[in-house]
Amino acid sequence: MYAQMVKSTGEGVKSREEMSPEEAVFQDRIDADVKIEPKDWMPEGYRKTLIRQIGQHAHSEIVGQLPEGNWITRAPTLERKAILLAKVQDEAGHGLYLYCAAETLGVTRDDLTEQLLSGKMKYSSIFNYPTLTWADIGAVGWLVDGAAIMNQVPLQRTSFGPYSRAMIRICKEESFHQRQGYDIMMKMAKGTEAQKRMAQDALNRFWYPSLMMFGPSDKDSVHSAQSLAWKIKIDTNDELRQKFVDQTVPQAEYLGLTVPDENLKWNEEKGGYDFSEPDWAEFFDVVKGNGPCNKDRLEARIKAWDEGAWVRDGLLAHAEKRAARKVAAE
Amino acid sequence: MKHEWPLWEVFIRGQHGLSHRHVGSLHAPDAEMAVKNARDVYTRRNEGVSIWVVEARHITATSPSDKGPMFEPSESKVYRHPTFFDIPDDVGAM
Ligand SMILES: [Fe+2]
Ligand SMILES: [Fe+2]
Repeated sequence: MYAQMVKSTGEGVKSREEMSPEEAVFQDRIDADVKIEPKDWMPEGYRKTLIRQIGQHAHSEIVGQLPEGNWITRAPTLERKAILLAKVQDEAGHGLYLYCAAETLGVTRDDLTEQLLSGKMKYSSIFNYPTLTWADIGAVGWLVDGAAIMNQVPLQRTSFGPYSRAMIRICKEESFHQRQGYDIMMKMAKGTEAQKRMAQDALNRFWYPSLMMFGPSDKDSVHSAQSLAWKIKIDTNDELRQKFVDQTVPQAEYLGLTVPDENLKWNEEKGGYDFSEPDWAEFFDVVKGNGPCNKDRLEARIKAWDEGAWVRDGLLAHAEKRAARKVAAE
Repeated sequence: MKHEWPLWEVFIRGQHGLSHRHVGSLHAPDAEMAVKNARDVYTRRNEGVSIWVVEARHITATSPSDKGPMFEPSESKVYRHPTFFDIPDDVGAM
C-alpha cells in the first residue's frame, strides 16, 4: 500500500519462551492495546521496522503530489483548480505529519530525505504511473486515495502512539480526497461520449496498479507476521485488497463504467467478489525502478531538494544571525 | 553546509475556549517561521484560533521509568475526590 513490502526482522515472531523479560512486558502492552510512546523501551526490530514503514509512507505522500500537481495548472475550472490545489496541499501535510512521527524514533529528517533521493527507501509503486488526462485525476482520488483509506483506517489503531495520531489526523482529511475524485468521475461518466471514454480509459489504466498498492499476498511472509504481532500492520494485504474490490465495484457500476476484469464475479459463498490478481511481474519491475515514471519522479524530488538548498541555508543563517544579535544586545 | 532546521512542538487552541493542545511538530529556522508553518500544516480546516510554538529542546519531560514514583502517590489519596464523602440526601445539593 503506501508502505509496500516493508521488511521486519525477518526472523519470525518470537515465542514467549524466546522473549527476554523486557520483550515480554512490551508484547503484553501491545496485546492489551496500550500505546507505545517514543521514550518507552522497545525492541530494536520494532523501531527499525517502524522507521521503514512510516518513512516509506511519508515518502509516498510527498511523491504522490507529483502526478496530481501535474494537472493543477490545467484543471478545467477555477473551482476544480482550487480543490485540487487544496488536495495536493493536504498530501504535503500528510508527509510532514508522518516524517515527524518517524523522527520520534531517532532518525533525522535529512536522513529520511537522503534515503529517498538515493533510492534506498521506496515510495508506493502507484505514483510511478502517469496522469495522462483530467479523468486520471478523478481516478486517482477515487481509487488511489480510496485504497489508501482502506489501509489507513485500521492503522489508526496501530501500536505506536505518534504513528496512530498521525493516521487519525490523516484519515479525517482523506475522505474529502476520495469524494472529490469520485465527483470528477461522476461528471465525466455522465458527460459527452468522449468524456465517458476518457473516464473508462482512466479506470482501465488505474484498476490494476491500485490493486498492487496493497502489495503481493503476504499470508506466508515472516515480515508481515512480525508486523501483525507488533500491531504495526493490522490486516493482511489480501484482506485489504478484497475489501477494496468489494467496496469499489458497486461504485464503478453506479458510474456505468466497466471494471477491466473478465473474471470479476460475485461469490455468494464468501460474500465478496472473485477477481483477477494484478500482474505481479509488472509490480516488481516498477518497484525495481522500471515503471513509466520512476525516473521523472525521483528527478523532480532531487531537483526540488538541490534547488531549495540555498533557501534552507539562507533562512537558517538569518535566524542564527538574529539570535546572535539578540544575545549581544542583552 | 549541512544542518537541519530545529524541531518545534506546536500547540493549538481550538474554537471553543479550550486550553492549547499539542497537535504535532515541524521544522522551522526560527519562531516566526514556525508559527507560519504551523498555520499551514495544522490549521487548514479552522482547527484553531491561537497557535503556540516552542522549540522541542526546551521541553523537559518525565521519563517513562519514573512513572511509578511520579504518579503512584496520588493513587492512595482517594479523599481528594468528592465521592469519598457520604453526605445524606437530606442535606440537599452539595
Ligand atoms: Fe494522503
Ligand atoms: Fe489523499
